[in-house]
Amino acid sequence: MELILVNIIDGLVTGLLLFMLSAGLTLIFSMMGVLNFAHASFYMLGAYFAYQISIALGFWMGLLIAPLIVGVLGAGVERYGLRRVHQYGHVPELIFTFGLALLIEELVQFIWGKNQMPYSIPEVLNFTAFSIAGNSIPAYKIFMIFISVAIFIGLLYILTRTRVGMIIQAALSYPRTVEALGHNVPLIFMGVFGVGTALAGVAGVIAGPVLGTFPGMAFVLGSIVFVTIVIGGLGSLWGALVASLLIGWITTFAKSYNLAMSDVFNAVGIATPENLSDHWLRDLWTVTSPQIADILPYILMVLILIFRPAGLFGKRHS
Amino acid sequence: MKKFTKMCAVSALSLAIGASAAFAENIKIAFIDPLSGPFASTGTNGLHQFEFAADHMVNDQGGVLGGTEFEIVAFDNKISPKESLIQLQVAIDQGIRYIAQGNSSGVANALTEAINKHNRRNPDSRVLFLNYAAVDPALTNDKCNFWHFRFDANADIKMDALTDVMVADEDMKKVYIIGQDYSFGKAVAAAAVSNLSSKRSDVEIVGNELHPIGKVKDFTPYSRKIIASEADAVITGNWGADMVGLGKSLIESGYDGPIYTYYAAGSGITAALGESAKGRIRLISQGDINPIGSEEARVAYNAFTAKHPDGNIDQSRIFNVIGMLAQAIEGAGTADDVVAVANQLEGMEYDSMWGGKLFMRPQDHQIIQNMNVGVHTNENIEFDYDNSGFGVLTESTVEMASMDSPTTCEMKRP
Repeated sequence: MELILVNIIDGLVTGLLLFMLSAGLTLIFSMMGVLNFAHASFYMLGAYFAYQISIALGFWMGLLIAPLIVGVLGAGVERYGLRRVHQYGHVPELIFTFGLALLIEELVQFIWGKNQMPYSIPEVLNFTAFSIAGNSIPAYKIFMIFISVAIFIGLLYILTRTRVGMIIQAALSYPRTVEALGHNVPLIFMGVFGVGTALAGVAGVIAGPVLGTFPGMAFVLGSIVFVTIVIGGLGSLWGALVASLLIGWITTFAKSYNLAMSDVFNAVGIATPENLSDHWLRDLWTVTSPQIADILPYILMVLILIFRPAGLFGKRHS
Repeated sequence: MKKFTKMCAVSALSLAIGASAAFAENIKIAFIDPLSGPFASTGTNGLHQFEFAADHMVNDQGGVLGGTEFEIVAFDNKISPKESLIQLQVAIDQGIRYIAQGNSSGVANALTEAINKHNRRNPDSRVLFLNYAAVDPALTNDKCNFWHFRFDANADIKMDALTDVMVADEDMKKVYIIGQDYSFGKAVAAAAVSNLSSKRSDVEIVGNELHPIGKVKDFTPYSRKIIASEADAVITGNWGADMVGLGKSLIESGYDGPIYTYYAAGSGITAALGESAKGRIRLISQGDINPIGSEEARVAYNAFTAKHPDGNIDQSRIFNVIGMLAQAIEGAGTADDVVAVANQLEGMEYDSMWGGKLFMRPQDHQIIQNMNVGVHTNENIEFDYDNSGFGVLTESTVEMASMDSPTTCEMKRP
């Protein structure tokens, strides 16, 4: 019972972290129709910049400055890269972001090397907040939850309650009309791209100390972010939040319980075959939930695409 | 400057050849390991240690056979068995007689087979295989041959020594085994199960699981499960980012027992684990670094860090390879007849500067040496890893580990 509570908290942390990445990506995707393959690379840059800054100025300055740098870099990529490529259509844009992802990974290896960086939790937060049945919940995880929730509320407020947010939402759906009304749509695009990558940067800054700061960190998280926005529905902030939390909890629970497929079959009344080692479905019978935990989100995505192609909260119009 | 030296060397060499054909060339050792790609840092670090060991132990001491020097020739195999065979052929064509390799048992399996074949067919250009790190037990059992020498303890010997130390703790009742889902992870798990069950029947293995290699974002769910199983000790063969991720998350999640590992040091791992893992992570290795094995080793380590400020001597056995090879060549009186050199290496007893005696077991060419179990700490650490202040302090030693372990090797001698 206690373990369930612990897993709920762990899943929440994973989910909210995923949300910070997918929030920016889902806005960028719905705005430009481009899968930004380099999105997770900006997450990695956030972690590395913050590590470098934290050596000189401490963790908190890193948290403040690194996302800004990443955001400016992202805006620059949109202004001088994507916007130029945009005129040639979506495929060149896709290839551009893909190339960018590879480039950033190589650059990071070139500058910081291939080893994991000793980027660690600030001293103030390096204690156990509370523990449940021997499982301690580090204060840093609570801090991660607060940061992500604050960012979600802030984003929601800006997008739905402010003038800038209204214009962004309008530009997402009807860019030409908004342009005709005298708004600078390319600037809005650049701004959204910058803010989106900065959010990824924030995620990198706060995830770096717990999940590790190494050149493979973008690759590890890359594809799952796309799954999140497809499940949540493109362009929907609520969708991104719900999908992220769903994925966080599904994978956490699947990994922390050794639920074997044979148990599931037995529970629904199918008996385990006697000579299991020769059985043609042996692999299916012996598979356990931690082994398939990482593909569960993909299965969920396929199901969503079949039964609700617009995603959980998506409003598809074409 | 480099060009100039090269030119000098070339002209000197041509003069020398002109003057006397008997003037010996350098003894070349081909280093075939990954120098690009994801494992480049491991390979490059190994190469630096080889180059340094050759200079420090042989060339600066006046060489072997009255003045012949060792030369390390690097070949990049991108950790691919196929690529390694091509590089092996290139090395043989260049007249190189000594092949050193260590990263990946898959590569070592391919090389040992190819070298065995080559030596059978080409008695005039035979080569020796100096394996300094590939730990698959098969290499000195079913797949053993006369040309292969392993200078590292194999996976079974390591687990044997590690469990010897573990079972001494009477309070340890429950053990959790976790590893990466591939051949090495499985080998470690199998060795752990068989060793623990034969040495302490009262120890219960409460978990034995494999996770995808290099794909786990967050180890927290695994840690929760380990804590829920009430394990008193954890065994893992994880390396790289998987090691750091598992170690950090276990400690942060409130697990308070020891974590027994194979590779939780160097290459950034020590620095990343840092303060939080102090006194918690133990690992099995050979060679005394802290405390250092001898004054000679201290001088060598300091000279190494002066040359490579960011480097670690995390594979001190590389120095043993160079030292034993030099001794064997001196004993054989030739570097060209590798059968004579191999006969010298076989059964050789060697005093390592990293402490203890080494014995190259003649029946399977597996080195037998002291195995240390050390702890990750910053106290009494003279030589830290990753410039982090933290290093591995030897806690206990198994003398001449697995000296009498059985082998299935049936060696055919030329």
